Formats: sequence, structure tokens, C-alpha cells
Amino acid sequence: MTIMLEWITQYPLLTAVIALLLMGAVFGAILGFAAVKFKTEGNPIADQINELLPQTQCGQCGFPGCRPYSQAIADGESINKCPPGGESTIQALADLLDMEIIPLDDEHGEEKTKTVAYIHEDQCIGCTKCIQACPVDAILGAAKQMHTVIISECTGCDLCVEPCPVDCIDMLPLEETLQSWHWALPNPVSRSVEIIASDANNKHGKAA
Amino acid sequence: MRKIFDFHGGIHPPENKQQSVAGAIELAGIPAQLTLPLSQHIGAAASPLVVLGERVLKGQLIAQAKGFVSVPLHAPTSGVVSALENRLIAHPSGFTAPCIVIDTDGEDEWIDHAGTEDFESLQPAELVNHIRQAGIAGMGGAGFPCAVKLSVKPDTKITTLILNGTECEPYITADDALMRERAELIVRGASILNHILKTNEVLIGIEDNKPEGITTLKTAAEGSNIEVVAFPTKYPSGGEKQLIEILTGKQVPSGGLPSDLGIVCQNVGTAVAIANAIDRGEPLISRITTVTGEAVNTPKNFEVLLGTPMAFLLQRAGYQSKKNKRLIMGGPMMGFTTPDANVPIVKTTNCILAPTENELPTPPPAQACIRCGLCAEACPASLLPQQLFWFSQGKEFEKLEAHNLFDCIECGACSWVCPSNIPLVQYYRNSKAEIIQTRQENQTSEQSRTRFEAREQRLIKQVKEREEKRAARKKAAEERAKQAADGDGEDPIQAAIERAKAKKAAQENA
Repeated sequence: MTIMLEWITQYPLLTAVIALLLMGAVFGAILGFAAVKFKTEGNPIADQINELLPQTQCGQCGFPGCRPYSQAIADGESINKCPPGGESTIQALADLLDMEIIPLDDEHGEEKTKTVAYIHEDQCIGCTKCIQACPVDAILGAAKQMHTVIISECTGCDLCVEPCPVDCIDMLPLEETLQSWHWALPNPVSRSVEIIASDANNKHGKAA
Repeated sequence: MRKIFDFHGGIHPPENKQQSVAGAIELAGIPAQLTLPLSQHIGAAASPLVVLGERVLKGQLIAQAKGFVSVPLHAPTSGVVSALENRLIAHPSGFTAPCIVIDTDGEDEWIDHAGTEDFESLQPAELVNHIRQAGIAGMGGAGFPCAVKLSVKPDTKITTLILNGTECEPYITADDALMRERAELIVRGASILNHILKTNEVLIGIEDNKPEGITTLKTAAEGSNIEVVAFPTKYPSGGEKQLIEILTGKQVPSGGLPSDLGIVCQNVGTAVAIANAIDRGEPLISRITTVTGEAVNTPKNFEVLLGTPMAFLLQRAGYQSKKNKRLIMGGPMMGFTTPDANVPIVKTTNCILAPTENELPTPPPAQACIRCGLCAEACPASLLPQQLFWFSQGKEFEKLEAHNLFDCIECGACSWVCPSNIPLVQYYRNSKAEIIQTRQENQTSEQSRTRFEAREQRLIKQVKEREEKRAARKKAAEERAKQAADGDGEDPIQAAIERAKAKKAAQENA
């Protein structure tokens, strides 16, 4: 014990270096163990981003599906490349990643109303090309049999339109039904009442 | 004397009930054509059982319930099915919906039907089934299938049955008329409901602006365990949750149901429909509807067949279309403007209001919110309407939910007191619908994601299997080649030639 103390007082610099190296080795071992023991599967940020994307799997962003795009965003890709998600998705992503809201990049397409694929069954030749193209298995059919779209599963991604050799697939907008209808936000202009007399020449909110 | 509680907020709009309250319930008669929408209730639409040109009898089942939350539909009178098509219905969207159209023959011929003489001998489940088959949906306005409300979970004990005779909305007197003229049937319906639910107490709640109804009901309920409770008039005390608080002092928890407190609430009109269904076997084919407003000469209550065009009823009440700018189904607080005067009366039509412009003026344009807080004072659900208004404008859905938007009963008290004439309820309706839509979209996108991932897995598996097969074939070929090269074992080509020779020889021998 006394020898050790003597040694320490004799070589203070060397002692400090040895002590630091030892501590480094111990902490390094703990961290290394933790990294193996508590390894996270996949990328949690990418998963969270994937949950916000609309899952149309349309590839308009330039990536083959929503999952790869969410991975790309996690790696630094910009968040404005998803036309089906539109403004609301950009806003949600910006909130999640604490980024500025940026307008949709129109290189990748515009925000459109939701559509579903419709196969003109009398023209379908049963080539199964659309079935192979559909990212969510929403087309039903077999070789030389008529194909049809399961509307409730169709994400409206457009990917089946291009491969069809007889051009019998149309993207039709989803019609508003009694079930999907809801009250619109009130629009004071549409109440056709003049607030002051001069508004009479200034209907529908147009500038005078 | 029962202790009466009070709920937060509420308003006192002009009652305007005296116009239609005088006089007895009048039979509206049979119009030439009845239009019966397949969906007159909350839940899935019924599916039709009749074909074009078929003759149907009064009370015949013409569409059956589809699923648990659904109700069947019966022919209100005898006649011939003349169309099964989309027709304009009473809905704020102005959309059409699938309807069964019956050309009536005026004979009003009943189908064979019989009631049960002694309902007490029947099991509650059987009675609920009878009620379900009779097509009864809540008659108070929302139209929730009655049998669903009565099918409480087996472990929930219902201690209190409340019959709602409040009718707090201005102008409407349909329930009032029912209580004055058919109190025995209400009491009968209450006993049947009590037999089903086996409760400890049965209460009938009525606002004190219906003294005649209170007296007749009290007389009819004498000797039974039914208690008729009158309480001060205030809008919207007829809301289910508000009525429960008035009568029991308990608040239904946010997002909860009255059955969580051991309470079931039914409208008095529903009780009458139940009594008719059980005692006489008559399905729900007519209802009491108030026709009122300054644009009709003789406002009154009609007993009207379901599917009757509103115009037919209005004509019976002396309607002057010149005086009237918009027709309202329901009352002035919660009703909506109908798209056309020919839309049919449905199970939930408690009132048709034909006001003059003077009586119910077009609301003046909305001004800015001045944060006066009157709406928060009036809100019967103790919400903060002015906050909800801002969040609704900004589409801040998370904050709306955090401020309990879904507890809003859309009673319109906030809009009524608003000095800036802001149509607040419309904002809330829009936001509620958008939140529900977003939830559904999230659900479908989740579904798409699983399908996409499952497909990817499948494709990877297919590629892998193909690779494996190819590798196996390659290995087998290599092995054969190796065997041939090594010379051990016979040469496969030579073996094949020999097999062929042997076969030929065998054929020649035969």
C-alpha cells in the first residue's frame, strides 16, 4: 500500500494518465455492452415518419413506396415530396421533425382529390399486368380472367394505369355519398347579405 | 318530493308552443304515394325485401335490418310498390337516398298481426326481439335503434329508467300532445320497458310548461311505481345527459353512456311505439308530427304515416308558400332546412316548421368574436365554445379533442346567445366530421401499410424460393455430371437406351 502511494507521488502525471485510461476502458466496456444489449431494431424515426405518410405506395416521391421515403426523410431527404398527403402531411412531418413548413414540391405532382381505379371490365383481356403493379394487392383476377378493383383497398396510386396494354383502367374521383357528406365550414360571403350598402356592388368577396 | 338538480348553462328562447298545442291530434290521412327511405335511423340502411309491382299490405315487412345497429321497415298502408330508386330525402346535404315508393290503394288493409296479451309472461330477450322486429328507432330526433339501447351488457345493472317527455325545443308539441292524449300508452310502454330492464325506479321527466300533460300522466301513472317529475323549463333540458343530471344529479362521464351510470333513457314517443308493438303487434308505421310556424294557417299535431310527403301535411295545415322562405325539419334550434317540400316524413320527423321571414329571420352576417364569454355561460356541456371556435377555424384537431369537442350536443345555445351572430354549431359539426374522417383515413392507411408490407414479404419469399429451387437443380445436375465423369454408377444415357430396348423387346414378345 505504502509502495503504491509512494509510486503515485513520484509519478503524478503517469498515474493520472493510467487512471484515465482505466476509466475509459471501463466506461467503454459498459457502453459497448449496452449497445449490444439494448440495440434498437430498425429506425424509430423512420417508423414514426412512416405512420404520418398516407400509405398510397404510389412512388410519386421518387422512392418505391412510403416506407423507403420515410427512411429517406430520416436520412435528410426533404419533406415536401408527397402529393397524396399534401399540405396536412407536410405539416404533420414538420411538427414531428421540428422543421419549417415548406410548400409541396410540384415536380412530384399536385395534391388531387382522392380517386380510385376502375377497370372497364368489357375491355379487360386478363393480362395480370395491373395485378403485378398494384402495391397493396387491391386488384382481383387471374390470367385470361377479367380483373376488378377492390375499391375499399385501392389507394388511388395510379400505378396500375400505365402497365395496362389495352388502356382500360380509369382513375375515378370518389363520389361524395350521404355517409361521407358533412357540414362545410361556414362561409360568411355565401350568405348573400350585404353588410353595408356599398357591399351590393361587391358581392362574392370580389375586390371593388 | 324528488330533489331536482340543475345543469350548467342553458337558455330561455321564446317557447312558441301555444300555436300548435290547442286541439286534438288529427289523422293526416293517406296520401297517393309514400316514399320510404331505407335509412331512417342511425346505423346501417335496411335491405329491401319487395320487388317492383308487388302488392304490400299495411304492416308488412318491406325491408329487413342489416346488421346489429339497424332497424327493419314496414309498409305504412296497403298499396303497390311502384319504384325502388334514389329519391330526395330530408337531409341537410340535399342528397338522394335509396327509397321504396308505394302507390297507395286507399283500402288500408292490414296484414295478419297479433299482440301478446300478457307481456309479463315473456322473457326480456323475446320482448327486445319483438321491439327490434317492429322497426322502432328512437323517436326523439336522433333515431338510435331502440333494441340496441335495450340490449345492455349482461354485467351492467340498470337501476333507473327515464322516459323523456321534456320536449325542450321551441315550437314542437308532438310529445306534449302524446302525453295529453295517450298517457295510458306511455305508462304501458314504461311498464314493458321496466319488465325488460328490471330497474328500481321509473321516472318520466317533463318540463313544467306542459301542465296538462303532467296532470294526465300523473293520473295514468297512479298505482304504479312510475314517478312523473316536473322541473323548470330551460333549453336544452331534453338532452339525454342534461335530463339525467336534472333528475339524478349525476353526470354522464365524457365519452361515456348513460348505461355506465345504470340509466337508460327513452323518449315518450318510443314508449308508445313499444306499447303498440307488444300489445297489438303493430310495427312502427306512423308518428306524431307538429306542423307549425306563421306560414301555416292552422298549426297542429298530426298522426302521419311514415313516407308521407311534407307538402301533403303542410297542405292539410293550410300552408301559404308565399309567406315562407325555408322549410325546417325539427325545431328552430337543432333543425335543418329541407331541400324540398316533397321530402318524406321519417321516423325522426317530430316537427315541420314553416316560419315567415319575420318570425325566423335569415341570420345577419357573422362578426368577429369579441370574447364576451356568453357562449361559455350558456353551454350545457360546460365546454368553452369560444376556444373551440378558434381551434375549429385553425383546424387544430388535437386541441379540439383536448377541449372535449365530442361532448358538444350541438344544441345551438352558444349560437343563440352570440352577440356577433357566429354560426358556432356549424363550425363544431364540420370539425367533428373532419376529425372522424381523419380517423377513418388513418385506419385505411394503416390497412394499406399492412397490405403493402405483406406483399413485400411475399415477393421476397417468392424470389427466395425461386433461388433455392434453381440452386437445388444446379446442384443435382452437377452431382449427376460428377457421377458420370467418375464412372461409378452407370452412365444415365446408356441406362436410358437400355430401358428403351427392354421395353421394345417386351412389346414384341407380347
